[in-house]
Amino acid sequence: MSPLEIIILLPIIAALAIWLGAPARFTAVAASLLNLAVTVGLIGGYASAGGAMVWKSSHLVLSNPAIHFAVGADGISLAMTLLTMLVTTAAIWSIVDKDRIYYIASLLISAGALGAFLSTDIFFIFAFHELALIPTFLMIALYGHGDRKAAAWKITIYLGTGSLVLLTGLLGVVWLCSPDSGMTFDLAALHPFIGNDKTGWWGTSCFFTLLLGFGTLVSLFPFHDWAAPAYASAPTPVAMLHAGVLKKFGLYGLIRIALPLFPGVVQTPWIQHALLLMLLGNILVVGYVTLHQRRLDEMLANSSVMHMGYIFLGLAAGNALGVNGALVLMFAHGISIALLFMLCGKLRNHLSTLEMDKLGGLAANAPFLGVVFGIAAFASIGLPGLANFAGELLVFLGTFQSFAWDKGFTMLHITTILSLLGVIISAVYMLRAYRKIFFGEAATGLFMSDPVIAQRVPMFLLAAVLLVIGCHPASLLNLIQDSLAALNIK
Amino acid sequence: MSPLSIELSLGVSALFLLLLESFNMVPRKSIAHAVIALLVAALVALIISPTTTVPASMAEFYQLDNLAYFYKGLALLSTLAVTVMSLEYAPVINQFVSANPEKTKDAGLGEFYSLPLLVCLGMMVMASANDLVTIFVSLELVTVSFYVLVAFMRRSAGSLEAGVKYLILGALSTGLLVYGMAWLYGLTGKMTLAGITDKITHWQGSNVPLLFAAALLIAGLGFKVAAVPFQIWVPDVYQGAPTPVTAFLSVGSKAAGFIVLTRVVQTFLATDSAIAPQVTQMLLVLACATILFGNLAAIAQTNFKRLLAYSSISHAGYLLLALACHAHGLGFAPEEVVAFYLATYLPMTFICFLVLAAGRAQGISEDIVSFKGLARTSPKIGFALTLALAALAGLPLTAGFMGKFLVFFAATLDGNYASLVISIIGAAAGFYYYFKIILALHSKPEAEAPVISLNLGSQILMMLFVVAIIVVGVYPDLIGQMLHAGQ
Repeated sequence: MSPLEIIILLPIIAALAIWLGAPARFTAVAASLLNLAVTVGLIGGYASAGGAMVWKSSHLVLSNPAIHFAVGADGISLAMTLLTMLVTTAAIWSIVDKDRIYYIASLLISAGALGAFLSTDIFFIFAFHELALIPTFLMIALYGHGDRKAAAWKITIYLGTGSLVLLTGLLGVVWLCSPDSGMTFDLAALHPFIGNDKTGWWGTSCFFTLLLGFGTLVSLFPFHDWAAPAYASAPTPVAMLHAGVLKKFGLYGLIRIALPLFPGVVQTPWIQHALLLMLLGNILVVGYVTLHQRRLDEMLANSSVMHMGYIFLGLAAGNALGVNGALVLMFAHGISIALLFMLCGKLRNHLSTLEMDKLGGLAANAPFLGVVFGIAAFASIGLPGLANFAGELLVFLGTFQSFAWDKGFTMLHITTILSLLGVIISAVYMLRAYRKIFFGEAATGLFMSDPVIAQRVPMFLLAAVLLVIGCHPASLLNLIQDSLAALNIK
Repeated sequence: MSPLSIELSLGVSALFLLLLESFNMVPRKSIAHAVIALLVAALVALIISPTTTVPASMAEFYQLDNLAYFYKGLALLSTLAVTVMSLEYAPVINQFVSANPEKTKDAGLGEFYSLPLLVCLGMMVMASANDLVTIFVSLELVTVSFYVLVAFMRRSAGSLEAGVKYLILGALSTGLLVYGMAWLYGLTGKMTLAGITDKITHWQGSNVPLLFAAALLIAGLGFKVAAVPFQIWVPDVYQGAPTPVTAFLSVGSKAAGFIVLTRVVQTFLATDSAIAPQVTQMLLVLACATILFGNLAAIAQTNFKRLLAYSSISHAGYLLLALACHAHGLGFAPEEVVAFYLATYLPMTFICFLVLAAGRAQGISEDIVSFKGLARTSPKIGFALTLALAALAGLPLTAGFMGKFLVFFAATLDGNYASLVISIIGAAAGFYYYFKIILALHSKPEAEAPVISLNLGSQILMMLFVVAIIVVGVYPDLIGQMLHAGQ
């Protein structure tokens, strides 16, 4: 049995045990710590593999079309697994005094993400992602805040429909890229589709379907409408896991499936232009919306939609530099937004309101929270020394790699310049929120102290990761860049 | 073993049990137990000693291919499930059959337990039928038995109304079917499907009369499988009929309709057939209309049973779509996709109806709101029902997804993009109305939460179905191998 199968199955088994009556908190925390340890161990052992898929294991589940329950990990999937386990551990750790369904749902969402990142068969990559749909739906609808029912329906219908669109795209991939020996869903057996004048149309339309399908799952503008209300109203662990990890699945899928199997298609003018317009929507339109949010949870939810634009920018560049940057940014954004949602959850537990105008001066009584929020907020803006900066820098460098003086600015470069405006926008709303909530005059009746030491552990964990990757991005880049090169993204 | 021995012994036993019942000698429960034992024995016999050869004297009207075996198994399994469900539902039957339910605890139950055997017999013969007369006779055996079963609760207005509706529309569909068969026979001079195929592929004259016959046959069978626009009877009949019978209609009758439809459509769509393109178009239009109507109409339902009726219509749509695709390169022929889909449809639908039947017998109404909080009071039933509904909605890693997956794949390979888009719309609507029930199961009850307890047989059955949903969802080759056995 491959260690990866253990990683995928452990949360499911733990969830089952909790459902059958095992002590919820202990089982869940133990399972996620164990999983985190295994993941870190595997990353340590991976260093020598040079970008190849390792720990492979495969069981046939359907012979024709060939579907395997196949797992395997390279640097990219290990990085995503590490992200998943860090966020899962923090999310589960930060659950206090809640029903066991909180633990079960978090574990199941985590299992879905792990399965999606570690499978090497398109069918299971898709299937595992959907595993998270029901727990997310139930948690938001039953335990959410505000207009929770509407938010739950929105996310479920959007993601359900998006996955069906994605499914047709994936079926198209299987149809176009299968070897002559027969239809297969095994990623390793699929060959890149090289279209000629007549058949190139198939490749581009299939790629575009994938872009729409995956894009909906990542809240790509204009299919982003589900994300902000869902995150704002989701219970804290669900918001952390969904915004931090699960949403990255769509990007991971684009990098793992769409870019390598349709080489160069992302640079096809109409596709690239469409993608650039959509991601500008994320950065500028949603950015503008974020500026005008008054509640902390809604602001964070919108900001997480907005920041997806930068990751798409890296993918739109389509070269190794841009995609490397996108991956670093995925990791960094996952950690920083999860940390922000965790802090937001703490605030929600202790304060009667999250409206930023009504809050103030929290740092006086809760200096630790103030520092951690500062780190997460600065990371999210993209301040140097924190992980997001490395990613954004690489993305911007990637887009300008193709710049030539004699050809002037292309759409890609113009978009990049416009999206730099977004950095200012996020600085404005993040710093404003930080100032309003933690500094200034304390609001009467609205104050809280730092959490107990045990509850500071997950915050410290995530903040430390942001700092470490920010100061030494090579530790993450070394893990992913060989694997990206192995995927033929140059 | 003779190729008909299982069917014959089931038929004889059904008659014997009916006779036994009329002498009032045995407790009614033991009739049900005898039926269950018989069905299990038949299932075992079917699996361990498959007869593959059909004597030449029978080959004209009876065939035993893989598909026939598969459908026979489905027929036995669904009858078994229905009988187990009937045991749960017995108090309700007694209440609406007997003039004095307090005194006579067993009124009407004998027939209610033994009649499904006749339906099963009909379905099993139908799985093998390959000539128009056999098809008609077995189809009528099923339909006539259902006339009785649907209207069984004679003191319930709903059941009687359902019975009348089913009778009238059933008769109409039979009329259409016979008329179509007559045209087909008149045109080709053949009763066997093989002979008709031969004539159609070498057709010389105008194909309008052929198309007319095909349309009549498809319309007649469309009633049986609940395809739009022949679905009008479904919601009322499903809601009014006793719940085990509704489940039987939804799975058994649908499977029976589809095996016949498969055989008939295969005849029309044979290579070089003169009418293949038009018949494909007909099926595609029916499929799209059925998917759209079934799914969109289900959105507004507040009654669980009625919602399942619309869901049953929508699933018929996906099945029709599978039938209309050629699916070259898929590894599953269209008829195998249909069989696969029906096999996955069986456990998930039966779980829903089982809970409904048990709930009704324990005084819980069939409205969705009355199931609020069930997952909190009965976690195991809540889990099974959640899983079944997720599977009906087509969530991956459940059996329900694999069925939809194959249909979507077939449509993609065929380039039927319009129907693909409609299927996506339908499936998205499905997310809403199935999740609506899941949400109700898990939310806080308004008053007292419902409690449902199941007897041992139902518990075992439910567990088997849960395992089947998960195993087939993760390891679909299980059914794939059954369908491909011996190829």
